[in-house]
Amino acid sequence: MTAPVLEASFALNVALLLMLVVLAAAVVWTRSLLAAILLMSVYSLVSATWLMVMDAPDVAFTEAVVGAGISTIVALGAILLTRGEAVRVSWKRQVVPGLLAGLVGGLLIYAMSGLPDFGDPASPANSHVGRAYLETAKRDIGAPNVVTAVLGSYRGFDTLGETVVILAACIGVALMLGFGPRATLAPPAGAPGDHHVVLRVTAKMLVPLIILFALYVQFHGDLGAGGGFQAGVIAAVAIILHALVFGLRETTAAIPPQAARAVAALGVVVYAGVGIVCIVNGGGFLDYDHLLTPQIEAMIPAGLLGDPDKPHHWGQYFGILAIELGVLMTVSATMITIFYGFAGRTIDAIAAELRR
Amino acid sequence: MSWIATHFNYVVVVILMMAGLFIVFSSGNLIKRMIGLALFQSSTALFYISFGKVSGGTAAITLDAQGAEGQALAAQLDPAYVAQFGVEGVVYSNPLPHVLILTAIVVGVATLAVGLAIAVRVRESYGTVESDEIDAVSRVAAEQAEPAP
Repeated sequence: MTAPVLEASFALNVALLLMLVVLAAAVVWTRSLLAAILLMSVYSLVSATWLMVMDAPDVAFTEAVVGAGISTIVALGAILLTRGEAVRVSWKRQVVPGLLAGLVGGLLIYAMSGLPDFGDPASPANSHVGRAYLETAKRDIGAPNVVTAVLGSYRGFDTLGETVVILAACIGVALMLGFGPRATLAPPAGAPGDHHVVLRVTAKMLVPLIILFALYVQFHGDLGAGGGFQAGVIAAVAIILHALVFGLRETTAAIPPQAARAVAALGVVVYAGVGIVCIVNGGGFLDYDHLLTPQIEAMIPAGLLGDPDKPHHWGQYFGILAIELGVLMTVSATMITIFYGFAGRTIDAIAAELRR
Repeated sequence: MSWIATHFNYVVVVILMMAGLFIVFSSGNLIKRMIGLALFQSSTALFYISFGKVSGGTAAITLDAQGAEGQALAAQLDPAYVAQFGVEGVVYSNPLPHVLILTAIVVGVATLAVGLAIAVRVRESYGTVESDEIDAVSRVAAEQAEPAP
């Protein structure tokens, strides 16, 4: 059985990948860090488009929000606190890395010739566990979006680990940038004043809409593309937009840094707590089939979600909902904490240090 | 020639990965190195997602094969192909790499932030983020710390 002819999307695939190569070459070439960061932002947007062509809307969503949004803001904050331009590297010092990269790249391309063809439905990666998830997700979990089913339920333990890593990064940034005399959260001298009326009015209207969209993405996650990771980052973007337009002091009055840190930890507690409840009710850790006791399951009207034949879906349904809430809390609070860390660092102290 | 068509994505992944590696090796600037690492990481994501693509497949959100969308997708494909590789009459791309990469992207930005925070602290301590200048500063500091002979 031969695969169908690779359709028009293959041409799109090639075009977008070539754009990524050009952008990566420009990042290698430029000495300006500002240019490199903005090029990486464009790179993320192009790769998000490419991910849509590759049938990965969930990943595209994440890449667009994270790559083009948060990581650009964080990197801009970092160059504001360090420097905007890299020192010129002499060609002599580029020869060895260039040869090394060429050699490793040549070996990798040689090795890649043994890989299955692009789009091969019978390749080992596509024929065992991935296919099994597609076949069983509807029966076991009940969520139409198989990505959410795998993320939240089949591989829930893995996702808990990822959430803990994000919390660890939150703690790391908070410890490195969030405390001490330089972490004053004070706006730098000459911060934008009240004169950006259009900006302020627009931002004021946008912030609640972005939060609303985040909630839609959160609760729509098991039906279509979306989930706690994407929603968390989108919610954080709303807060960051507020801080960018109205100043950090206004934003920290609404959401203090302590609260953001606490919510980040609380998210992991919610996630792990769901796992503990499953154990208490007689299942394994994060085994959502045992999340609700049979008495509670019996009280839920059977037709509530339109599938009266599958009562054990309730545990899966509420389990994924609860852990996605934990993910939302940790991810959004972490992104806000990271932003506070970079944006709240005083530049004045550095300037004073330079004069010294 | 056909090898290029079937392995084009993998070749691009290697090129992007080596671009990232080259930046990490050749640039002395800590921020630029973090950008290189981000490029390297993104090439890994591209590799996984390329692997999970199934030709003629659609996003892994279950469809009704008898519905309008399911019918439209099936009309583009050979029925025997759908019967062999489809699940209940619809061919999907592999969702597992999507799950792995989705979380990896968010973890990636969190760890990128940690790296940049370290760079900011290095700048505050040494006054520079160029590794050569950091070496020079620590050498001077070490010489000053040594007792005079």
